[in-house]
Amino acid sequence: MQARLLLQDGTLFTGTAFGAEGEKTGEVVFNTGITGYQEVLSDPSYCGQIVTMTYPLIGNYGITRDDFESVRPFVHGFVVRRHESVPSNWRAEYSVDDLLKEYDIPGISEIDTRMLTRIIRHYGTMKAILTTSNKRVEELMEMMGDTTIEQLRNQVARTSTTTTYSSPGHKERIVLVDYGAKTGILRELNSRGCDVVVVPHDVTADEIRRLNPDGIQLSNGPGDPKDVPYAVQTISELLGEYPIFGICLGHQLFALACGADTEKLKFGHRGGNHPVKELESGRCFITSQNHGYTVNEESVVNTDLEVTHINNNDKTVEGLKHTRYPAFSVQYHPEAAPGPHDSSYLFDRFLELIAEHKANQPAGSRQAQLAANARITAPKPSAPQLEAVKGAL
Amino acid sequence: MPKNDKLKKILVIGSGPIVIGQAAEFDYAGTQACQALKEEGVEVVLINSNPATIMTDTNMADKVYIEPITLEFVTAIIRQERPDGLLPTLGGQTGLNMAVELARAGVLKSENVKLLGTQLESIEKAEDRDLFRELMRELDQPVPESAIITSVEEAMGFASGIGYPLIVRPAYTLGGTGGGICDNEEELRETVKAGIRYSPIGQCLVEKSIAGMKEVEYEVMRDANDNCIVVCNMENFDPVGVHTGDSIVVAPSQTLSDREYQMLRSASLKIIRALNIEGGCNVQFALDPQSYQYYVIEVNPRVSRSSALASKATGYPIAKMAAKIALGYTLDEIVNPVTGQTYACFEPTLDYIVSKIPRWPFDKFISANRKLGTQMKATGEVMAIGRTFEESIHKAIRSLEIGVHRFRLPGAELLEESVLRYRLAKPDDERLFLIAEAFRRGYELQEIQDITNVDWWFLSKIEGLVSFEEEIRGEETLSAEILYQAKRKGFTDRAIAEIRAEGRPGGAFTKESEVRVMRLQQGLVPVFKMVDTCAAEFEASTPYYYSTYETENEVIHSDKQKVIVLGSGPIRIGQGIEFDYSTVHAVWAIQKAGYEAVIINNNPETVSTDFNTSDRLYFEPLFFEDVMNVIAQENPIGVIVQFGGQTAINLAAPLAAAGVNILGTSLESIDEAENRKKFEALLARLDIAQPKGKTVINIDEAVETAQALGYPVLVRPSYVLGGRAMEIVYNDTELLSYMVEAVKVNPEHPVLIDRYMLGKEVEVDAICDGETVVIPGIMEHVERAGVHSGDSIAVYPPQYLDEGLKQKISEITIKIAKELKTIGLVNIQFVIYQNEVYVIEVNPRSSRTVPFLSKVTGIPMANLATKIILGGKLKEDGYTEGLWPESDYVSVKVPVFSFAKLRRVEPTLGPEMKSTGEVMGRDKLYAKALYKGLIGAGMKIPATGAIIVTVADKDKAEAVELMKGFHAMGYKIIATGGTAAALEQAGLNVMNVNKLDEGEPTILDLIRGGQANFVFNTLTKGKTPERDGFRIRREAVENGVVCMTSLDTVTALLIMLQTINFSSESMPAFVGQ
Repeated sequence: MQARLLLQDGTLFTGTAFGAEGEKTGEVVFNTGITGYQEVLSDPSYCGQIVTMTYPLIGNYGITRDDFESVRPFVHGFVVRRHESVPSNWRAEYSVDDLLKEYDIPGISEIDTRMLTRIIRHYGTMKAILTTSNKRVEELMEMMGDTTIEQLRNQVARTSTTTTYSSPGHKERIVLVDYGAKTGILRELNSRGCDVVVVPHDVTADEIRRLNPDGIQLSNGPGDPKDVPYAVQTISELLGEYPIFGICLGHQLFALACGADTEKLKFGHRGGNHPVKELESGRCFITSQNHGYTVNEESVVNTDLEVTHINNNDKTVEGLKHTRYPAFSVQYHPEAAPGPHDSSYLFDRFLELIAEHKANQPAGSRQAQLAANARITAPKPSAPQLEAVKGAL
Repeated sequence: MPKNDKLKKILVIGSGPIVIGQAAEFDYAGTQACQALKEEGVEVVLINSNPATIMTDTNMADKVYIEPITLEFVTAIIRQERPDGLLPTLGGQTGLNMAVELARAGVLKSENVKLLGTQLESIEKAEDRDLFRELMRELDQPVPESAIITSVEEAMGFASGIGYPLIVRPAYTLGGTGGGICDNEEELRETVKAGIRYSPIGQCLVEKSIAGMKEVEYEVMRDANDNCIVVCNMENFDPVGVHTGDSIVVAPSQTLSDREYQMLRSASLKIIRALNIEGGCNVQFALDPQSYQYYVIEVNPRVSRSSALASKATGYPIAKMAAKIALGYTLDEIVNPVTGQTYACFEPTLDYIVSKIPRWPFDKFISANRKLGTQMKATGEVMAIGRTFEESIHKAIRSLEIGVHRFRLPGAELLEESVLRYRLAKPDDERLFLIAEAFRRGYELQEIQDITNVDWWFLSKIEGLVSFEEEIRGEETLSAEILYQAKRKGFTDRAIAEIRAEGRPGGAFTKESEVRVMRLQQGLVPVFKMVDTCAAEFEASTPYYYSTYETENEVIHSDKQKVIVLGSGPIRIGQGIEFDYSTVHAVWAIQKAGYEAVIINNNPETVSTDFNTSDRLYFEPLFFEDVMNVIAQENPIGVIVQFGGQTAINLAAPLAAAGVNILGTSLESIDEAENRKKFEALLARLDIAQPKGKTVINIDEAVETAQALGYPVLVRPSYVLGGRAMEIVYNDTELLSYMVEAVKVNPEHPVLIDRYMLGKEVEVDAICDGETVVIPGIMEHVERAGVHSGDSIAVYPPQYLDEGLKQKISEITIKIAKELKTIGLVNIQFVIYQNEVYVIEVNPRSSRTVPFLSKVTGIPMANLATKIILGGKLKEDGYTEGLWPESDYVSVKVPVFSFAKLRRVEPTLGPEMKSTGEVMGRDKLYAKALYKGLIGAGMKIPATGAIIVTVADKDKAEAVELMKGFHAMGYKIIATGGTAAALEQAGLNVMNVNKLDEGEPTILDLIRGGQANFVFNTLTKGKTPERDGFRIRREAVENGVVCMTSLDTVTALLIMLQTINFSSESMPAFVGQ
């Protein structure tokens, strides 16, 4: 069956359909990873996007139950040069085609994906419509126009957990705020013995306080950080109170909460080969990235933030730390999946920060904390949320 | 970190002669490194014994030493030059071993030379089996369980704990002699018993077999600041068990999920960090296809063959970066030269698939054991790029030039079922095609996988291509849709036509031209995409392209006039790195003349395929259709074919027929030199003598002709490359066996029979612009006619030619060059017999000796020839007609062989070329130059020692005279029966040794036991002596004993030894007493 991909600028690609039949609009972006298409497909940060893989052969090793980064894919379309329908890997359970069909995501193959990538590189990310229908181009253009950016937004709410749940451990209690979190973050924390409580994106500061965490992990997530002002509010309330570690969208929200600003990149960073320099040591790490927005470097100047990492190619901000509070963040993905494992040490650093923070607490502060908690008069949590919290405890 | 300013002068060690396992990739790496170092203002001193390299051009380093890479010579150079640092990691194993020797001998310390790139300790950790295993244990990296055993009982004990299959590797035997895989107790008992016997120290390594696992490689880089990156990972088509140099390889890996990819990536990084390497490193893994279990197979703490492949596959210049890192730079501060805007600290990402197929010498060595295993046998390789595996592998196949241009091996359909099965299970060079044959015979994919262990993914691709053939031939006519799909899968017009002809002979679209016309009518032409290291994420400016059937073309047009140079494809015996040398020089000359130089080539090991060598590089097969595609894209003023060896020459005719302008010597002239009849007429016209001969088209005619000419005669097939299938026969029986077994003779494939003259061979390369002929020099061969010119020791200037003969040779050369209207280079081979000069062969192109002669005469021949081809005149450059004045220095070119790696190959020199590389020795004295050449070629020549002599009856008299000389210098002479008697009769003290059938210890035991330094053996015809002689020669080459099979070489050796050694003679008695 034929499929077409129509870009906002009028460029039309005609190829072969795979995955689900239908029509989806989204922002078209490219990912340069050679491996990891399953993780990309299931990374909630791609919510609302039509993703093209620059590596031409996709599906070689199939789909396995172990490699999902969330419960389902949120992409709006998948674009590849060649869909390999017969996977070969000991863990393969089914094909990319099966996965896309299951979640009603259209795919297109047999098109010049390098040309598409070059268009995006040149003109920036843009809207596109992926269809298996026979509709006229004009009609498709109109449909694309009707899809407002707003409809494509609201992605955080779509991808976040709606309930709080716990992934128990015997060490530090970490509240993981899920803005569309990748499972990898939870996996990294759990593997270090952390007692993780995952909370929804719209959690309030008091709700977090009541969970009495040792630290707060801000997750990655899709879209523009400015679309979730409530999250910024919550983070700013908790600053200084608990050690905080932000990843990707969590990093951007942390920056906004500290008074810095974010902006959109022309075509973002998506892939597993991005060099990030740690300014303190001068060392470079190859990182996994997926973001369309970035923290504006100049906006950091008059805040309490310090740039700790930059992208060694375009010099954009890749990491921040608070100069007074125990809080830091990175724009990239230390949890990898997909991508290199070089930066997983950041989770250890987070736990060290928590330990330091604890050690620095004056004696009796635990009691003071309890007293403070008792004074909380913020709105009471809803019944189901409370249930969940109890369950988590 | 900025550059280390203390490093002002650096010594770079090259890799020496081309041998199997160490080829042109190190010229590429070394050239890049020298350029990178010079770029940084460092004074570069280079040592390499191989004259056929770009790196040994005097403009590549500040000082170039073409000297033997031995402790003695390198130490002398270090003392003379006093470098601050030594960079050994770009000269292959040779460079690394030399560094270790220098360090152990205390030279580096005493001369205060810093070892750059990899420290001695790291080299030892990576190279020493025990240290390596210990390191892996420390790093928690798995290696296959193994044990070193000295008895069958110990082996059994190990097996009981580990289970089967097991690999047995006898210690210190070359080519894996006596080892093998054992599936059960009985096999183990037998193999170990034999292994202990074969091993000179009676020791074997028994190792858990991981054959059948996936083989995956990672190319890693690290700098002094501990920044690490993976440049590329690669997956082998052939599972573990076949040497990676003999494996078909794809990049990137295809069947690894991100978890597996990252697991092995992390392991690679851990290893390079532990080894503290500053530069490049290669890590090979075996990965269980059914679990996360993996093993580290090997680590190369240096730039390797795989690095060259990874560089070309990704565009990332590994050697250049390694050189900069050695100077102290860190990856994050070195600009990625491909994009010009990003940095070297990133991991290249591909948006295409690269396939590499090795090129094996089995077309030359028909008797060789073709089976592939742990000993590498390939001489070269091809690489191809496509957007699908099908496209990529198809391109690689037709780049091989082995007479197969698609998934059909002629004759495979005739194989018996059992043979097919056996050859699928025990891989040889043709397995790729036999898999296709199995699919054609209806084998199930699963069945083939069970037999071969090749991954399902690769097999399913081949199955898909075989079944697509049905669609190609399915319909009466060729539909546009099928044609489109076929092109996307990499089928050529010729393949499509052939496939259709298989189904419906004489039907529509069964001729290549028909398919081509239809395709062009439909506007179905490939586009060219860029290799940019970053999958188009950043704008890049590298002019490195590959073709594919897609939508967008990325080649940026320029208004400048362009010239295309055809490269020479994979390195093979007879067509080596020398041709790449000339190609690169041609490019430089084209650019200097104000044109854009465009290269088409497919050899990833070479300098010509470095992205910054030419204005545009097309990494494409040297196949008519692919070359035409590039020509259509570039619209050049013409194509130069004379530097790409026979590969390019063979393309001249079809290209010219398609209307392409061939620059330089015309097609007619090429044909006149190559076509036997026309060539004979040419010489007759010029009144130039040539050995009498005749072209025959059947066996009766052959016998008749041979008898008329008189034996011995030289027989060979018509169009030759490197003396393929050429033989000297001495009687009717030998002639008949040759005609029946070695060649197919028929009117289309005639056989040439020439009178064989045992004279002196002389070779000349000349440059002609149509008016003037410049002869840079005459090379005299040490071995008489009958030994292929590529296998002879060549001496410049000639030592034993009088002025008259030189004059005669010059005159003939000028006459032929002019008569052929040569524009560019021409190579002529002569034989001088009874003071008469005969012409044997004229090659209307750049030859193997061009780099050597250019270097020793100082005339940049390929460069000059290119100028001429582009319309220049020799006189304009101040050259005058005739022989260039001879140099004061004597230079010898000594061939280097890889016999130890090729089992069952006959080491005797003959009319078939067998050498894989060459070295040069240069000095004021002939004897010293020869010494350097022989030492550089790897011969160990002690001033005292023992010589084993066994020669044919016809050679006995000559041998006796020679041995007197060796005897006088104190060498111990060992001989068998007849030879011993002849020597004793001449009054020499001889130790008699048993022939093979005379009971132990035999001559073989002596060789094996290290009791002989030289073996002089000449070929005796006849079944038993031939077989015994063969075993003696094989034993010698496998044990690293100098083996000479021509008495001419022995004579040269004697003269050399007599000149450089002292011999003692008692005083003559008083007169009259």
